[in-house]
Amino acid sequence: MPNAPTFIQAESVSREYQLGETVIRAVDGVSLSVAKGEFLALLGSSGSGKSTLLSMMAGLDRPTSGAIRVRDRNLAELDADELARYRRETVGMVFQSFNLLPRMTLEENVELPLRLAEVDRQDRGSRVGEALERVGLGPRRRHRPSELSGGEQQRGALARALVNRPAILFADEPTGNLDSVNGEQILLLLREIQNALGMTVVMVTHERPLAEKFANRIALLSDGKLVSDGVQH
Amino acid sequence: MKTRDLSELAARNLREAVLRNSLTTLGVAVGVASLVAMLSLGVGLQTLASQRLTRSGLFDAVFVTSQRNFRGPRPPAPTDSAPKKESRILDEDVRQQFSKLPNVTEVYPQIRFVTDVRFAGKSETTSVLGLPDSSRTSGAFEGMKGAFFSSPTAEEAILQIDFAKVLSDQPQSLIGKELTLRYAERAALPKDADDEALLDAAMGSAAPGGISIVPREKTLRIVGVTESDPSAGIGGFGGARLYLPLKTAEQLHVAQPDDLQAFVSGNPAKPAYMALTVRVHSPKDVLQVEAAIKQMGFATFSLLDATKSLRLVFTVFDLFLGLFGSLALTVASLGIINTLVMAILERRREIGILKALGATDRDVRSLFFAEAGAMGLFGGFFGVALGWLIGSALTWGTTIYLHRQNLPGVKISYIPWWLALGAIAFAIIVSLVAGLYPAARAARLNPVDALRYE
Repeated sequence: MPNAPTFIQAESVSREYQLGETVIRAVDGVSLSVAKGEFLALLGSSGSGKSTLLSMMAGLDRPTSGAIRVRDRNLAELDADELARYRRETVGMVFQSFNLLPRMTLEENVELPLRLAEVDRQDRGSRVGEALERVGLGPRRRHRPSELSGGEQQRGALARALVNRPAILFADEPTGNLDSVNGEQILLLLREIQNALGMTVVMVTHERPLAEKFANRIALLSDGKLVSDGVQH
Repeated sequence: MKTRDLSELAARNLREAVLRNSLTTLGVAVGVASLVAMLSLGVGLQTLASQRLTRSGLFDAVFVTSQRNFRGPRPPAPTDSAPKKESRILDEDVRQQFSKLPNVTEVYPQIRFVTDVRFAGKSETTSVLGLPDSSRTSGAFEGMKGAFFSSPTAEEAILQIDFAKVLSDQPQSLIGKELTLRYAERAALPKDADDEALLDAAMGSAAPGGISIVPREKTLRIVGVTESDPSAGIGGFGGARLYLPLKTAEQLHVAQPDDLQAFVSGNPAKPAYMALTVRVHSPKDVLQVEAAIKQMGFATFSLLDATKSLRLVFTVFDLFLGLFGSLALTVASLGIINTLVMAILERRREIGILKALGATDRDVRSLFFAEAGAMGLFGGFFGVALGWLIGSALTWGTTIYLHRQNLPGVKISYIPWWLALGAIAFAIIVSLVAGLYPAARAARLNPVDALRYE
């Protein structure tokens, strides 16, 4: 998407962790931009720093140095409440391990972001229903996560990520706990939704074939550094 | 997050870990129950003591004597404190004046005399007391066999159990039977009688008129036998063995020591009283009425100071009971801290998810706070109920024990509304304070670390 405006801008972002007397640099001076409506895959092996970079872009973590700008706002300068608001209103997240709350039914899980965003109760039912229908789980709304298959749980997590109509969807290894068929189905669904809603998607994966199949662009990380950044055709 | 959503989430979390949360809530309930039971015991005993003392007629009454002939139990006032007032006689006019004072419910003389009682051919000497009609509701004759007097002027008698046993081996069989009082009646002599004038001349007295003592008999129907001896003391109902209505006693005109005073005062037809009991609405009215009567030139005595000391003793007693009860609640609050800290470990991932979905630190803190508060609220309610059960069990056990000792049962535990509400509020506050640390710790969790937690 060469003509689309930049939506997310990482500028020399580093993230260090102190482990005893050793300083571990998980992300090392990464500069990266993501255009609006783009599907970016952050590819890399385990420990390459891709999930750490995603966490910082999603506002779950802060860089040790550098800046991450989303719509020209530096996330590093936001206080805890502003960062929570950013996660609530701008961001949707999907995780490898689904992270649905086991005590809640599927529809209650999907309703959770609406509760946090203080959306009116009258609007919630229709929005939850719409999100679940979009991922094909309308009939399973009253089931608990333990009563759903892995693919269904991830689709449920996707519905929860979409229900607040976020501008950016961050997906951290969304196929990591799924078989190849279910994994492909999830990414297909993700791609469909992205096209329909015009969202920006940033996905972390270590599976190159899936990244090549579904992403517009692949950024390769190794040892915390960005080693390549190429547009897919 | 809105309060309603927060409450729903907290309620769901509490429901899901129902066993652990129930046990924690039970811990709070036991703590509150011990606090409530202890304090209810203190309040109950205080209420019981106050009721008994009030029923005795000692604490809502002012005892009035004439300064002329009876100084009363109090030391005399300093001579220079007030100008000396003219000493007055306690007669019927004064009695009427007292009864018109504010907050005065009743004014009556104490008519108590020793006389002969005849029953079934036997003659016994005993002390007799006239009872005001107010003693019907005072509770002083609670547990009495038979009934109270049918009217204030009834020719009826109530016997004290010991005296009834003297009259019959089966005291209760006396109810409905009649006995005869033999007493000395005081009668005024006419002033204009010739022999009266002669008598006056002979005695060299300036006093007109005089009194005569005439033996009389009165038949009374026995209506009740009281097992307890009502409290004695000045103005109390105790000490007598046969009771009759005060008005009936007055109509007998039994010769009393104060008749001599009336004779000396020059108006034997108009009786003067040795002492009057002025009963007031409540003990707090005693001081004001006492002051008004003193102002009228009479000597007074009340036992109000004794109730003040009693209140002080019970306040200290309640304080100690409350401290012991609070210890149990402190242990319970440690249980809440433990439960919530464990919940943080168990729900670490959940906290991470909530934060990833946009929950603020305040949302997470409030959620844990709400759960602690709810445990406090339910613990408080159950605790008050449990405390009430414990108190009732203590009352029940005590009553059984007292009945075995042939004594009337008493309510030793009492939970006033302020204790119930205060205990619930205290439980909530203690729970919230206990939830402070876990809630702050949960709110501080880093979402990335929390999401990584397995």
